[in-house]
Amino acid sequence: MSILESLYNLWMQSGFANITWQEAVMLLIALLLLYLGIFRKFEPLLMVPIAFGILLANLPLTGLLTPDHSGTGLLDFLTKGLPIFPCLIFLGVGAMTDFGPMLSNPNSLFLGAAAQFGVYVAFIGAVLLGFTGPEAASIGIIGGADGPTAIYLTGKLADHLMPAIAVAAYSYMALIPIIQPPLMKLFTTKKERQIKMEQLRVVSKTEKIIFPIIVTLFVSLLLPSVAPLLGCLMLGNLFKECGVTDRLSDTAQNALMNIVTIFLGLCVGAKAVGTTFLSLQTIYVIILGLFAFSFSTVGGLLLGKLMCILTKGKINPLIGSAGVSAVPMAARVSQTVGQKDNPSNFLLMHAMGPNVAGVIGSAVAAGFLLAVFGPMVGM
Amino acid sequence: MFVPTLLQAAADVGGKVNTADPSFKISIGQALLYALIGFAIVFAVLLILNIFIRILSAVVRAVEGSTKKKEAPPAAAPAAAPAADSKPAIPAGMKVADGSLGDVKLYDVDDATAAMIMAIVADQLDAPLNELRFKSIKEVTK
Repeated sequence: MSILESLYNLWMQSGFANITWQEAVMLLIALLLLYLGIFRKFEPLLMVPIAFGILLANLPLTGLLTPDHSGTGLLDFLTKGLPIFPCLIFLGVGAMTDFGPMLSNPNSLFLGAAAQFGVYVAFIGAVLLGFTGPEAASIGIIGGADGPTAIYLTGKLADHLMPAIAVAAYSYMALIPIIQPPLMKLFTTKKERQIKMEQLRVVSKTEKIIFPIIVTLFVSLLLPSVAPLLGCLMLGNLFKECGVTDRLSDTAQNALMNIVTIFLGLCVGAKAVGTTFLSLQTIYVIILGLFAFSFSTVGGLLLGKLMCILTKGKINPLIGSAGVSAVPMAARVSQTVGQKDNPSNFLLMHAMGPNVAGVIGSAVAAGFLLAVFGPMVGM
Repeated sequence: MFVPTLLQAAADVGGKVNTADPSFKISIGQALLYALIGFAIVFAVLLILNIFIRILSAVVRAVEGSTKKKEAPPAAAPAAAPAADSKPAIPAGMKVADGSLGDVKLYDVDDATAAMIMAIVADQLDAPLNELRFKSIKEVTK
Protein backbone atom coordinates (compact mmCIF):
# COMPACT_ATOMS: atom_id res chain seq x y z
CA MET A 1 0.00 0.00 0.00
CA SER A 2 1.51 3.32 -1.06
CA ILE A 3 1.67 6.34 1.22
CA LEU A 4 -0.78 8.16 -1.01
CA GLU A 5 -3.21 5.26 -0.74
CA SER A 6 -2.85 5.27 3.05
CA LEU A 7 -3.47 8.99 3.18
CA TYR A 8 -6.50 8.54 0.93
CA ASN A 9 -7.88 5.82 3.23
CA LEU A 10 -7.22 8.00 6.25
CA TRP A 11 -9.18 10.82 4.61
CA MET A 12 -12.02 8.51 3.63
CA GLN A 13 -12.29 7.29 7.24
CA SER A 14 -12.33 10.80 8.64
CA GLY A 15 -15.43 12.69 9.68
CA PHE A 16 -14.70 15.39 7.08
CA ALA A 17 -15.25 12.94 4.22
CA ASN A 18 -18.33 11.38 5.76
CA ILE A 19 -20.26 14.31 7.16
CA THR A 20 -23.76 14.79 5.73
CA TRP A 21 -25.34 18.20 5.13
CA GLN A 22 -27.80 17.57 7.96
CA GLU A 23 -24.95 16.90 10.38
CA ALA A 24 -23.15 20.04 9.21
CA VAL A 25 -26.28 22.15 9.78
CA MET A 26 -26.73 20.62 13.25
CA LEU A 27 -23.12 21.43 14.11
CA LEU A 28 -23.79 25.04 13.15
CA ILE A 29 -26.95 25.03 15.31
CA ALA A 30 -24.87 23.61 18.19
CA LEU A 31 -22.35 26.42 17.78
CA LEU A 32 -25.17 29.00 17.73
CA LEU A 33 -26.68 27.56 20.92
CA LEU A 34 -23.24 27.53 22.56
CA TYR A 35 -22.90 31.20 21.64
CA LEU A 36 -26.34 31.98 23.10
CA GLY A 37 -25.57 30.05 26.27
CA ILE A 38 -22.03 31.30 26.90
CA PHE A 39 -22.03 34.85 25.59
CA ARG A 40 -25.71 35.84 25.82
CA LYS A 41 -26.28 33.89 29.09
CA PHE A 42 -29.49 32.19 27.83
CA GLU A 43 -30.09 29.48 30.50
CA PRO A 44 -26.37 28.63 30.29
CA LEU A 45 -26.49 25.74 32.78
CA LEU A 46 -28.70 23.81 30.39
CA MET A 47 -27.99 25.45 27.07
CA VAL A 48 -24.28 24.62 27.16
CA PRO A 49 -24.68 20.85 27.82
CA ILE A 50 -27.61 20.65 25.36
CA ALA A 51 -25.60 22.42 22.67
CA PHE A 52 -22.57 20.22 23.31
CA GLY A 53 -24.79 17.13 23.23
CA ILE A 54 -26.01 18.21 19.77
CA LEU A 55 -22.43 18.73 18.72
CA LEU A 56 -21.32 15.28 19.90
CA ALA A 57 -24.37 13.48 18.48
CA ASN A 58 -23.83 14.95 15.02
CA LEU A 59 -20.15 14.15 14.66
CA PRO A 60 -19.95 11.37 12.07
CA LEU A 61 -18.38 7.94 12.74
CA THR A 62 -17.71 8.55 16.44
CA GLY A 63 -19.73 5.58 17.68
CA LEU A 64 -21.08 7.74 20.51
CA LEU A 65 -24.63 7.15 19.42
CA THR A 66 -26.65 4.78 17.24
CA PRO A 67 -29.75 6.04 15.41
CA ASP A 68 -32.20 4.07 17.57
CA HIS A 69 -30.16 4.51 20.77
CA SER A 70 -29.87 0.72 21.13
CA GLY A 71 -26.08 0.54 20.67
CA THR A 72 -23.33 0.63 23.23
CA GLY A 73 -21.99 4.14 22.66
CA LEU A 74 -21.56 6.55 25.57
CA LEU A 75 -24.59 8.62 24.58
CA ASP A 76 -26.64 5.45 23.98
CA PHE A 77 -26.13 4.54 27.62
CA LEU A 78 -26.67 8.03 28.98
CA THR A 79 -29.93 8.50 27.09
CA LYS A 80 -31.34 5.46 28.92
CA GLY A 81 -31.59 7.69 31.97
CA LEU A 82 -33.64 10.36 30.21
CA PRO A 83 -37.00 9.23 31.63
CA ILE A 84 -35.78 9.65 35.23
CA PHE A 85 -33.61 12.77 34.92
CA PRO A 86 -36.58 15.22 35.02
CA CYS A 87 -37.77 13.66 38.29
CA LEU A 88 -34.30 14.00 39.81
CA ILE A 89 -34.17 17.61 38.64
CA PHE A 90 -37.52 18.14 40.38
CA LEU A 91 -35.98 16.77 43.57
CA GLY A 92 -33.42 19.56 43.43
CA VAL A 93 -36.01 22.16 42.41
CA GLY A 94 -38.13 21.16 45.41
CA ALA A 95 -35.16 21.52 47.73
CA MET A 96 -34.62 25.05 46.40
CA THR A 97 -38.26 26.14 46.44
CA ASP A 98 -39.90 28.12 49.20
CA PHE A 99 -43.66 27.51 49.11
CA GLY A 100 -44.09 30.15 51.83
CA PRO A 101 -45.43 32.92 49.55
CA MET A 102 -48.01 30.50 48.13
CA LEU A 103 -49.04 29.23 51.58
CA SER A 104 -49.28 32.83 52.72
CA ASN A 105 -51.60 33.75 49.84
CA PRO A 106 -53.40 30.55 48.71
CA ASN A 107 -55.31 32.48 46.03
CA SER A 108 -52.09 32.59 44.06
CA LEU A 109 -52.80 28.94 43.22
CA PHE A 110 -55.52 30.13 40.85
CA LEU A 111 -53.00 32.22 38.96
CA GLY A 112 -50.78 29.15 38.65
CA ALA A 113 -53.76 27.30 37.18
CA ALA A 114 -54.77 30.09 34.78
CA ALA A 115 -51.22 30.26 33.46
CA GLN A 116 -51.62 26.74 32.07
CA PHE A 117 -53.98 28.21 29.45
CA GLY A 118 -51.26 28.11 26.81
CA VAL A 119 -50.82 24.36 27.28
CA TYR A 120 -54.31 23.74 25.95
CA VAL A 121 -54.19 26.43 23.24
CA ALA A 122 -50.99 24.90 21.86
CA PHE A 123 -52.47 21.41 22.22
CA ILE A 124 -55.46 22.39 20.04
CA GLY A 125 -53.15 24.24 17.63
CA ALA A 126 -50.95 21.15 17.27
CA VAL A 127 -53.96 18.94 16.49
CA LEU A 128 -55.04 21.49 13.86
CA LEU A 129 -51.58 21.32 12.30
CA GLY A 130 -51.88 17.55 11.93
CA PHE A 131 -49.96 16.28 14.95
CA THR A 132 -51.30 13.15 16.66
CA GLY A 133 -52.87 13.32 20.13
CA PRO A 134 -49.77 12.23 22.08
CA GLU A 135 -47.57 14.55 20.00
CA ALA A 136 -49.95 17.49 20.54
CA ALA A 137 -49.96 16.83 24.29
CA SER A 138 -46.16 16.91 24.36
CA ILE A 139 -46.06 20.14 22.36
CA GLY A 140 -48.76 21.74 24.51
CA ILE A 141 -46.88 21.17 27.74
CA ILE A 142 -44.21 23.63 26.54
CA GLY A 143 -46.78 26.22 27.70
CA GLY A 144 -46.21 25.06 31.26
CA ALA A 145 -42.79 26.76 30.97
CA ASP A 146 -41.33 23.89 32.90
CA GLY A 147 -38.44 22.16 31.15
CA PRO A 148 -38.29 18.97 33.24
CA THR A 149 -42.06 18.43 32.96
CA ALA A 150 -41.91 18.94 29.18
CA ILE A 151 -39.06 16.43 28.89
CA TYR A 152 -40.80 13.93 31.17
CA LEU A 153 -44.09 14.01 29.25
CA THR A 154 -42.40 13.99 25.84
CA GLY A 155 -40.25 11.04 26.86
CA LYS A 156 -43.43 9.12 27.62
CA LEU A 157 -45.64 10.24 24.74
CA ALA A 158 -43.57 11.44 21.78
CA ASP A 159 -39.92 10.62 22.22
CA HIS A 160 -39.15 11.49 18.59
CA LEU A 161 -40.07 15.15 19.28
CA MET A 162 -37.81 15.37 22.34
CA PRO A 163 -35.05 17.58 20.87
CA ALA A 164 -37.42 20.09 19.29
CA ILE A 165 -39.58 20.32 22.42
CA ALA A 166 -36.64 20.52 24.82
CA VAL A 167 -34.86 23.17 22.78
CA ALA A 168 -38.10 25.17 22.42
CA ALA A 169 -39.00 24.87 26.11
CA TYR A 170 -35.60 25.91 27.41
CA SER A 171 -35.07 28.60 24.78
CA TYR A 172 -38.39 30.25 25.57
CA MET A 173 -37.74 29.95 29.31
CA ALA A 174 -34.52 31.87 28.71
CA LEU A 175 -36.42 34.40 26.63
CA ILE A 176 -39.10 35.08 29.27
CA PRO A 177 -37.70 38.57 30.02
CA ILE A 178 -38.22 39.37 26.32
CA ILE A 179 -41.51 37.52 25.68
CA GLN A 180 -43.50 38.55 28.75
CA PRO A 181 -43.09 42.33 29.27
CA PRO A 182 -44.84 43.43 26.03
CA LEU A 183 -47.80 41.15 26.85
CA MET A 184 -47.86 42.42 30.45
CA LYS A 185 -48.04 46.00 29.25
CA LEU A 186 -50.64 45.15 26.61
CA PHE A 187 -53.03 43.46 29.02
CA THR A 188 -52.71 45.78 32.04
CA THR A 189 -53.18 49.49 32.61
CA LYS A 190 -50.54 51.72 34.17
CA LYS A 191 -52.80 52.16 37.19
CA GLU A 192 -53.03 48.38 37.68
CA ARG A 193 -49.28 47.98 37.34
CA GLN A 194 -48.74 50.55 40.07
CA ILE A 195 -50.82 48.67 42.66
CA LYS A 196 -48.92 47.94 45.87
CA MET A 197 -49.86 44.69 47.55
CA GLU A 198 -50.22 44.07 51.28
CA GLN A 199 -47.35 42.40 53.10
CA LEU A 200 -47.57 38.58 53.21
CA ARG A 201 -48.17 36.87 56.53
CA VAL A 202 -45.43 34.79 58.08
CA VAL A 203 -45.92 31.06 57.44
CA SER A 204 -45.11 28.72 60.28
CA LYS A 205 -42.58 25.92 60.03
CA THR A 206 -45.27 23.32 60.73
CA GLU A 207 -47.32 24.44 57.72
CA LYS A 208 -44.26 24.22 55.51
CA ILE A 209 -43.52 20.68 56.71
CA ILE A 210 -47.05 19.36 56.39
CA PHE A 211 -47.69 20.92 52.96
CA PRO A 212 -45.40 18.72 50.80
CA ILE A 213 -46.65 15.54 52.48
CA ILE A 214 -50.31 16.33 52.01
CA VAL A 215 -49.88 17.59 48.43
CA THR A 216 -48.09 14.38 47.47
CA LEU A 217 -50.80 12.25 49.05
CA PHE A 218 -53.75 14.16 47.63
CA VAL A 219 -52.53 14.89 44.09
CA SER A 220 -50.93 11.49 43.59
CA LEU A 221 -54.09 9.72 44.71
CA LEU A 222 -56.12 11.86 42.32
CA LEU A 223 -53.70 11.69 39.36
CA PRO A 224 -51.29 8.77 39.92
CA SER A 225 -49.41 9.55 36.72
CA VAL A 226 -48.16 12.81 38.23
CA ALA A 227 -46.59 11.07 41.25
CA PRO A 228 -43.03 10.69 39.87
CA LEU A 229 -42.68 14.41 39.19
CA LEU A 230 -44.68 15.83 42.06
CA GLY A 231 -43.42 13.22 44.52
CA CYS A 232 -39.80 14.16 43.80
CA LEU A 233 -40.60 17.88 43.95
CA MET A 234 -42.25 17.52 47.33
CA LEU A 235 -39.59 15.15 48.68
CA GLY A 236 -36.94 17.75 47.86
CA ASN A 237 -39.05 20.40 49.55
CA LEU A 238 -39.52 18.25 52.63
CA PHE A 239 -35.72 17.82 52.84
CA LYS A 240 -35.46 21.60 52.89
CA GLU A 241 -38.25 22.34 55.33
CA CYS A 242 -38.14 19.54 57.88
CA GLY A 243 -34.89 20.82 59.37
CA VAL A 244 -33.38 17.41 60.11
CA THR A 245 -32.09 16.51 56.63
CA ASP A 246 -29.90 19.47 55.84
CA ARG A 247 -27.24 17.30 54.23
CA LEU A 248 -29.75 15.68 51.91
CA SER A 249 -31.23 19.06 51.07
CA ASP A 250 -27.79 20.41 50.30
CA THR A 251 -26.97 17.43 48.08
CA ALA A 252 -30.29 17.66 46.23
CA GLN A 253 -29.85 21.40 45.66
CA ASN A 254 -26.25 21.30 44.57
CA ALA A 255 -24.33 18.09 43.81
CA LEU A 256 -27.23 15.96 42.55
CA MET A 257 -28.84 18.84 40.67
CA ASN A 258 -25.59 19.67 38.91
CA ILE A 259 -24.81 16.07 37.99
CA VAL A 260 -28.29 15.43 36.63
CA THR A 261 -28.29 18.75 34.77
CA ILE A 262 -25.13 17.72 32.93
CA PHE A 263 -26.59 14.34 31.93
CA LEU A 264 -30.02 15.72 31.10
CA GLY A 265 -28.58 18.47 28.92
CA LEU A 266 -26.22 16.10 27.12
CA CYS A 267 -28.97 13.52 26.50
CA VAL A 268 -31.50 16.05 25.24
CA GLY A 269 -28.87 17.41 22.89
CA ALA A 270 -27.95 13.92 21.79
CA LYS A 271 -31.51 13.36 20.64
CA ALA A 272 -31.17 16.19 18.13
CA VAL A 273 -29.76 14.19 15.25
CA GLY A 274 -29.85 16.08 11.95
CA THR A 275 -31.81 13.52 9.96
CA THR A 276 -34.80 13.75 12.30
CA PHE A 277 -34.41 17.25 13.76
CA LEU A 278 -34.26 19.19 10.51
CA SER A 279 -37.89 18.93 9.50
CA LEU A 280 -41.03 21.02 9.11
CA GLN A 281 -42.30 19.45 12.33
CA THR A 282 -39.49 21.10 14.30
CA ILE A 283 -40.46 24.52 12.92
CA TYR A 284 -44.10 23.87 13.89
CA VAL A 285 -43.02 22.87 17.40
CA ILE A 286 -40.94 26.04 17.78
CA ILE A 287 -43.86 28.23 16.62
CA LEU A 288 -46.44 26.39 18.75
CA GLY A 289 -44.10 26.64 21.74
CA LEU A 290 -44.04 30.42 21.41
CA PHE A 291 -47.85 30.45 21.21
CA ALA A 292 -48.02 28.24 24.29
CA PHE A 293 -45.77 30.55 26.30
CA SER A 294 -47.61 33.66 25.21
CA PHE A 295 -51.09 32.32 25.92
CA SER A 296 -50.00 31.01 29.31
CA THR A 297 -48.75 34.49 30.19
CA VAL A 298 -52.01 36.02 28.96
CA GLY A 299 -54.06 33.46 30.93
CA GLY A 300 -52.30 34.41 34.15
CA LEU A 301 -52.60 38.13 33.45
CA LEU A 302 -56.32 37.94 32.67
CA LEU A 303 -57.10 36.07 35.88
CA GLY A 304 -54.87 38.55 37.71
CA LYS A 305 -57.01 41.37 36.31
CA LEU A 306 -60.18 39.58 37.40
CA MET A 307 -58.78 39.07 40.90
CA CYS A 308 -57.76 42.73 40.95
CA ILE A 309 -61.37 43.71 40.24
CA LEU A 310 -62.83 41.22 42.73
CA THR A 311 -60.51 42.35 45.52
CA LYS A 312 -61.11 46.04 44.69
CA GLY A 313 -57.54 46.69 43.64
CA LYS A 314 -55.65 44.69 46.24
CA ILE A 315 -53.97 42.38 43.71
CA ASN A 316 -51.54 43.64 41.10
CA PRO A 317 -52.37 41.70 37.89
CA LEU A 318 -48.68 41.60 36.98
CA ILE A 319 -48.15 38.72 39.40
CA GLY A 320 -50.46 36.63 37.17
CA SER A 321 -47.81 36.33 34.46
CA ALA A 322 -45.54 34.64 37.02
CA GLY A 323 -47.98 31.72 37.04
CA VAL A 324 -45.94 30.21 34.23
CA SER A 325 -43.65 28.04 36.23
CA ALA A 326 -40.23 29.26 35.11
CA VAL A 327 -38.94 29.74 38.66
CA PRO A 328 -37.82 32.36 39.59
CA MET A 329 -37.38 34.18 36.30
CA ALA A 330 -41.09 34.84 35.70
CA ALA A 331 -41.43 36.31 39.21
CA ARG A 332 -38.43 38.54 38.59
CA VAL A 333 -40.05 39.81 35.39
CA SER A 334 -43.20 40.75 37.37
CA GLN A 335 -41.00 42.62 39.83
CA THR A 336 -39.08 44.44 37.09
CA VAL A 337 -42.15 45.47 35.08
CA GLY A 338 -44.00 46.56 38.24
CA GLN A 339 -41.09 48.64 39.45
CA LYS A 340 -40.82 50.48 36.15
CA ASP A 341 -44.22 52.07 36.77
CA ASN A 342 -43.85 52.38 40.52
CA PRO A 343 -40.24 52.36 41.73
CA SER A 344 -41.33 51.81 45.33
CA ASN A 345 -43.26 48.65 44.45
CA PHE A 346 -41.85 45.26 45.46
CA LEU A 347 -43.83 42.46 43.82
CA LEU A 348 -41.19 39.73 43.91
CA MET A 349 -42.45 37.79 46.93
CA HIS A 350 -46.07 38.22 45.83
CA ALA A 351 -45.15 36.88 42.38
CA MET A 352 -43.32 33.89 43.88
CA GLY A 353 -46.70 32.51 45.04
CA PRO A 354 -48.16 32.08 41.53
CA ASN A 355 -44.71 31.09 40.30
CA VAL A 356 -44.40 28.01 42.54
CA ALA A 357 -48.13 27.32 42.09
CA GLY A 358 -47.36 27.16 38.36
CA VAL A 359 -44.90 24.31 39.00
CA ILE A 360 -47.69 22.31 40.63
CA GLY A 361 -50.15 23.42 37.93
CA SER A 362 -47.94 22.30 35.06
CA ALA A 363 -47.27 18.97 36.79
CA VAL A 364 -51.03 18.44 37.16
CA ALA A 365 -51.59 19.42 33.50
CA ALA A 366 -48.90 16.91 32.48
CA GLY A 367 -50.46 14.26 34.72
CA PHE A 368 -53.84 14.73 33.05
CA LEU A 369 -52.36 14.50 29.54
CA LEU A 370 -50.44 11.40 30.57
CA ALA A 371 -53.60 9.86 32.01
CA VAL A 372 -55.45 10.51 28.73
CA PHE A 373 -52.77 9.56 26.20
CA GLY A 374 -50.64 7.17 28.26
CA PRO A 375 -52.96 4.19 27.70
CA MET A 376 -52.81 4.89 23.94
CA VAL A 377 -49.07 4.23 23.96
CA GLY A 378 -49.35 1.21 26.23
CA MET A 379 -48.52 2.85 29.54
CA MET B 1 -26.15 -7.86 36.13
CA PHE B 2 -26.04 -4.14 35.40
CA VAL B 3 -25.11 -4.44 31.71
CA PRO B 4 -27.86 -6.97 30.82
CA THR B 5 -30.38 -4.70 32.56
CA LEU B 6 -29.21 -1.78 30.48
CA LEU B 7 -29.33 -3.86 27.31
CA GLN B 8 -32.87 -4.91 28.19
CA ALA B 9 -33.71 -1.25 28.72
CA ALA B 10 -32.16 -0.51 25.34
CA ALA B 11 -34.37 -3.12 23.72
CA ASP B 12 -37.39 -1.63 25.46
CA VAL B 13 -36.58 1.85 24.15
CA GLY B 14 -36.06 0.47 20.68
CA GLY B 15 -39.50 -1.07 20.84
CA LYS B 16 -41.29 2.14 21.84
CA VAL B 17 -44.63 2.86 20.22
CA ASN B 18 -44.34 5.29 17.31
CA THR B 19 -46.86 7.96 18.25
CA ALA B 20 -46.31 9.78 14.96
CA ASP B 21 -48.46 7.07 13.38
CA PRO B 22 -51.70 8.54 11.93
CA SER B 23 -53.72 6.03 13.95
CA PHE B 24 -53.01 8.22 17.01
CA LYS B 25 -54.69 11.26 15.46
CA ILE B 26 -57.65 12.79 17.26
CA SER B 27 -60.39 15.03 15.91
CA ILE B 28 -60.53 18.74 16.70
CA GLY B 29 -63.73 18.10 18.67
CA GLN B 30 -61.92 15.59 20.87
CA ALA B 31 -59.00 18.01 21.26
CA LEU B 32 -61.33 20.78 22.42
CA LEU B 33 -63.01 18.45 24.88
CA TYR B 34 -59.69 17.22 26.30
CA ALA B 35 -58.46 20.82 26.57
CA LEU B 36 -61.59 21.89 28.40
CA ILE B 37 -61.54 18.94 30.82
CA GLY B 38 -57.78 19.28 31.34
CA PHE B 39 -57.98 22.98 32.15
CA ALA B 40 -60.94 22.36 34.48
CA ILE B 41 -59.03 19.60 36.29
CA VAL B 42 -56.00 21.84 36.84
CA PHE B 43 -58.30 24.48 38.35
CA ALA B 44 -60.18 21.90 40.43
CA VAL B 45 -56.99 20.38 41.88
CA LEU B 46 -55.53 23.77 42.73
CA LEU B 47 -58.88 24.90 44.19
CA ILE B 48 -58.86 21.89 46.51
CA LEU B 49 -55.25 22.66 47.45
CA ASN B 50 -56.31 26.24 48.15
CA ILE B 51 -59.02 25.04 50.53
CA PHE B 52 -56.62 22.58 52.10
CA ILE B 53 -53.99 25.28 52.71
CA ARG B 54 -56.59 27.51 54.40
CA ILE B 55 -57.69 24.68 56.68
CA LEU B 56 -54.09 23.71 57.40
CA SER B 57 -53.02 27.25 58.31
CA ALA B 58 -56.12 27.74 60.50
CA VAL B 59 -55.49 24.47 62.37
CA VAL B 60 -51.75 25.08 62.75
CA ARG B 61 -52.27 28.64 63.99
CA ALA B 62 -54.92 27.49 66.44
CA VAL B 63 -52.71 24.70 67.78
CA GLU B 64 -49.58 26.88 67.96
CA GLY B 65 -51.58 29.70 69.56
CA SER B 66 -52.90 27.48 72.34
CA THR B 67 -49.44 25.95 72.90
CA LYS B 68 -47.85 29.42 73.24
CA LYS B 69 -50.51 30.49 75.73
CA LYS B 70 -49.79 27.44 77.87
CA GLU B 71 -46.00 27.93 77.70
CA ALA B 72 -45.95 31.70 78.44
CA PRO B 73 -45.23 32.49 82.15
CA PRO B 74 -48.05 34.73 83.37
CA ALA B 75 -45.86 37.38 85.09
CA ALA B 76 -43.23 37.83 82.37
CA ALA B 77 -45.15 39.99 79.90
CA PRO B 78 -45.91 43.11 82.00
CA ALA B 79 -42.33 43.38 83.23
CA ALA B 80 -40.87 43.77 79.75
CA ALA B 81 -43.28 46.44 78.57
CA PRO B 82 -41.79 49.65 80.04
CA ALA B 83 -38.33 49.02 78.57
CA ALA B 84 -39.67 48.91 75.01
CA ASP B 85 -41.28 52.32 75.33
CA SER B 86 -38.23 54.07 76.73
CA LYS B 87 -36.55 56.49 74.28
CA PRO B 88 -33.47 58.66 74.71
CA ALA B 89 -34.23 62.13 75.94
CA ILE B 90 -34.45 64.69 73.14
CA PRO B 91 -33.56 68.33 73.82
CA ALA B 92 -36.43 70.81 73.47
CA GLY B 93 -36.79 72.44 70.07
CA MET B 94 -34.93 69.69 68.22
CA LYS B 95 -36.60 68.04 65.20
CA VAL B 96 -36.46 64.24 65.09
CA ALA B 97 -36.89 62.14 61.96
CA ASP B 98 -37.96 58.51 62.14
CA GLY B 99 -35.09 56.24 61.21
CA SER B 100 -35.25 52.54 60.38
CA LEU B 101 -32.85 51.87 63.23
CA GLY B 102 -33.43 54.26 66.09
CA ASP B 103 -34.07 57.99 65.66
CA VAL B 104 -31.89 60.59 63.98
CA LYS B 105 -31.40 63.87 65.75
CA LEU B 106 -31.51 66.79 63.31
CA TYR B 107 -29.73 70.05 64.17
CA ASP B 108 -30.78 72.91 61.82
CA VAL B 109 -31.44 70.42 58.99
CA ASP B 110 -34.79 69.85 57.30
CA ASP B 111 -36.20 66.34 56.69
CA ALA B 112 -35.61 66.34 52.92
CA THR B 113 -31.95 67.35 53.25
CA ALA B 114 -31.42 64.75 55.97
CA ALA B 115 -32.96 62.03 53.78
CA MET B 116 -30.72 63.08 50.90
CA ILE B 117 -27.59 63.00 53.07
CA MET B 118 -28.44 59.53 54.40
CA ALA B 119 -29.08 58.24 50.87
CA ILE B 120 -25.75 59.65 49.63
CA VAL B 121 -23.84 58.11 52.54
CA ALA B 122 -25.52 54.73 51.93
CA ASP B 123 -24.66 54.94 48.26
CA GLN B 124 -21.04 55.90 48.92
CA LEU B 125 -20.63 53.08 51.46
CA ASP B 126 -22.47 50.68 49.12
CA ALA B 127 -24.59 49.49 52.06
CA PRO B 128 -28.39 49.28 52.43
CA LEU B 129 -29.86 52.23 54.32
CA ASN B 130 -31.54 50.02 56.90
CA GLU B 131 -28.18 48.55 57.90
CA LEU B 132 -26.72 51.96 58.75
CA ARG B 133 -27.36 53.89 61.93
CA PHE B 134 -27.38 57.67 61.82
CA LYS B 135 -27.30 59.24 65.27
CA SER B 136 -27.50 62.90 64.30
CA ILE B 137 -27.10 65.28 61.37
CA LYS B 138 -25.93 68.81 62.10
CA GLU B 139 -25.42 71.74 59.77
CA VAL B 140 -21.94 73.19 60.16
CA THR B 141 -22.06 76.91 59.44
CA LYS B 142 -18.46 77.92 60.14
